[in-house]
Amino acid sequence: MSRANGTPYAPHTDEETAAMLAAVGVDDEEALFDIPEPVAFDGDFGIEPRTEREIRDECARIFERNDDLTEFLGRGHYAHYVPSVVDHLSDRAEFLTSYTQYQPEVSQGFLQALFEYQSMLVELTGLDVANCSMYDAATALGEAATLADRVRSTAGDTVLVPAQLREGKRAVLENYCDGADLTVETYPMADGTADVDALADRAGDDVVMVYAESPTVRGCLEERLAAIGEIADETDALFALGSDVVALSVLESPATVGADVVVGEAGSLGLPTSYGMGLGIFACRDDFLRQVPGRLVGAGEDANGDRAYTLTLQTREQHIRKERATSNICTNQAWVALRAAIHAATLGPDGLVDLANDCVREAETLAARIDGLSGATAPVHDRHHFREFAVHVDQPAGVIAEDLEAEGFAVHAIDDHLLQVCVTDLNAGRTDGLVAAFEGVL
Amino acid sequence: MIHDQANYERDGEDVREPLLSEKGEETVDVREESPLPDDLTREELTLPNPSEPETARHYTRLSQMNWAIDAGPYPLGSCTMKYNPKFTEDVAADPNAAIHPDRSARSAQGNLELQYRLQEALADIGGMDAVTLQPPAGAAGELTGILVAKAYHEHHGNDRSEVVIPASAHGTNFATAATAGYDVVELPSGEDGRVDLEALEAAVGDETAALMLTNPNTVGLFERDITEIAEIVHDAGGLLYYDGANLNALLGRGRPGDMGFDVMHYNVHKTFATPHGGGGPGAGPVGVVDELAPFLPTPRVRDTNGGKGYERFEPDHTIGRVHGFAGNWLVLIKAYAYIARLGDEGLADAAAKAVLNANYLAERIDLDVPHGPFHHEFAATAGDRDAADVAKRMLDFGVHPPTTKWPEMVPEAMLTEPTEIEGRSSLDDLAEAFNLAYADTDEALDAAPNRTAAARIDQVGAARNPRLSWQALDGE
Repeated sequence: MSRANGTPYAPHTDEETAAMLAAVGVDDEEALFDIPEPVAFDGDFGIEPRTEREIRDECARIFERNDDLTEFLGRGHYAHYVPSVVDHLSDRAEFLTSYTQYQPEVSQGFLQALFEYQSMLVELTGLDVANCSMYDAATALGEAATLADRVRSTAGDTVLVPAQLREGKRAVLENYCDGADLTVETYPMADGTADVDALADRAGDDVVMVYAESPTVRGCLEERLAAIGEIADETDALFALGSDVVALSVLESPATVGADVVVGEAGSLGLPTSYGMGLGIFACRDDFLRQVPGRLVGAGEDANGDRAYTLTLQTREQHIRKERATSNICTNQAWVALRAAIHAATLGPDGLVDLANDCVREAETLAARIDGLSGATAPVHDRHHFREFAVHVDQPAGVIAEDLEAEGFAVHAIDDHLLQVCVTDLNAGRTDGLVAAFEGVL
Repeated sequence: MIHDQANYERDGEDVREPLLSEKGEETVDVREESPLPDDLTREELTLPNPSEPETARHYTRLSQMNWAIDAGPYPLGSCTMKYNPKFTEDVAADPNAAIHPDRSARSAQGNLELQYRLQEALADIGGMDAVTLQPPAGAAGELTGILVAKAYHEHHGNDRSEVVIPASAHGTNFATAATAGYDVVELPSGEDGRVDLEALEAAVGDETAALMLTNPNTVGLFERDITEIAEIVHDAGGLLYYDGANLNALLGRGRPGDMGFDVMHYNVHKTFATPHGGGGPGAGPVGVVDELAPFLPTPRVRDTNGGKGYERFEPDHTIGRVHGFAGNWLVLIKAYAYIARLGDEGLADAAAKAVLNANYLAERIDLDVPHGPFHHEFAATAGDRDAADVAKRMLDFGVHPPTTKWPEMVPEAMLTEPTEIEGRSSLDDLAEAFNLAYADTDEALDAAPNRTAAARIDQVGAARNPRLSWQALDGE
């Protein structure tokens, strides 16, 4: 048997190829292409094929060019230690190499896993419905705004967001709002959380959605969520709450503070640090069920009367509803949702709560140690913090961040004299080094 | 092929793998040890608490109730279900690549280099001038491309309100245009299944922002009049958008950029073999011609010094962002590794074998294929049989069926895309499954499937009475 040079992932021997060509009735594969000569391509890309070993070496060499830094970085992308069992189970080919469950009878496994993921989000948010994922927190926020536009009868077109919001998240939101003719406006912050009085003054019937975060981009826990919910409710605006899957396991339930929609990041479970790749949460009240973007898995029955799972309410979706769909999303982050669910199952409620409590304690402890250094004050905001906090430095923040990098530590420089530091179980063992480096560069 | 390992009988009862919640939940008092004040915390949290061995068994059993490319043929039309090379997983798992997106460029040179190399490779493959890797899926790529087109028109003081889309296009195209705020003008298909030039002339005008086109189209036909199509759209001042879903058919033989397309997306989870993961994550990079490059999402990556260093930069008139960070990074690494493994010859051979396989399979099945010459996929018609029923019966013969009842221009369509990864014997098996199911009795079709973990599922009932969580099943 011989295989001509070509893709190593086609099984055809030369003899088989010849037999198949004969069966089709052509001399060669070229004859099967119906591409007019003027637009046909007969050049080269100049891409040399490499062996597996060569590519692994090549990529290893490329990635070695990333500096070996201990990262104290967060601001929307977080990671915790991911137990090995998550990799090994999610990497099973039956999960990894499957696709959307268009034939549910032969996709019960993934459907059940997604159903369980949805259920975990229902428990964590207290809301009735969670979809089986959006791309990330930013795109989930964008989808929340377009949902608000569809369900709210208010005359206006304003989406209110906190003044301290990750710039990239706001930029994504703006793009979703652009198509729906919505305008994004900010409300002010008071010491790291929402200025609720100012928000109340700004609220009005031109507002379709009020967005608040807890934890905020600076790691502060919002203390007056119920008041924000009431302000939104009074003007018939949608209250969208942004949070994080680990924080949700200890924070007051979004449903009890009046949240209509919860968006945010669930990739802090199941995903290692991955350059910003995420897992968007989207959960909401039952009232908006038929306006939910993305895929939903439901329980039903098969012909034998046994419980079975299937993608459901698909008339919301683009492949049926086309331009009247609730969203254009189809492929989402299903496999990442599977990983998050396995991670959550592995931790159990005890482990999740411990992890979340550590996020509070470690941040408090590290902030106190940095605060003890001359030339730095932390935390800047007099709030409870989750994973991260802002640090005021007397010298320019950019210079300090660069000096810390030279010492092997990465932190955020977020303003002229503000740094931000994020601590999790992954770097908590390196805080002595960070504090020593801080002391040296301040 | 048996799908029912985790579906067994005990004491005459059908037993399935229970929900995690049914295997045991635990309620934790959150406030007991909380470092936070009570008014910030919930009282309790109730979730499953399986041990690690129980977790391993649960998910292993679930996996046994799931079809996958590694289990057998998966010829979903327009989905390009290729084999996902294992080594790409190991390349992506390199801990040195696992860095935070807010790293300084200076300390992230490795990731920036890989991003740059992938941008360049994709630009070459598509015949485009500039590429962004940020969109996290094909639909996100579409939205990015249409927002870029919109920004381009607005920048030139040229507000336009319509996007023209052939009736046979993917549903996402329509939803994307609407998400971007455009009115959709639907273009009826010509009798031969291709774009009808007269209908196109009539559809475009001063309000046309773009024509979104899939080529080969959704029944596998190459739009032979692509040069004229481009001319008509460009003469009206519109842009030509290439939906990359079917790029696998063109690799090395045709480039959207050479055909007059101005903007395109790539589905790396289709064309470049990254795993579909049960419905994502994918990645949908977008390529554009020079004129549109200033509008691409920020940041982009460029080399600063002949490959000695890389930096992020903000395009002059950027549309902003379409993802919070750098997109689906792990997926992008796998795409790079796949492209490197195949190289020029391998990519061209993938297209050749994909097209040969589709033609060979079509030759072997008893169903009629009304439109041709097709390339990597074909739309067979089940004629007076119900395509969905034929598909369910195919499951009993050990294969995954094709996409059914779409596109609508083919009655009872079975849109079939075997990709290059099936060999002749596998295609023969697939053809046999087609033929057995197609010729089977109505009773057999109605009763199918019989050998799957679940029997035929009542999808209408599930939608009528939505139960979307285990909480909703309480008391059942």
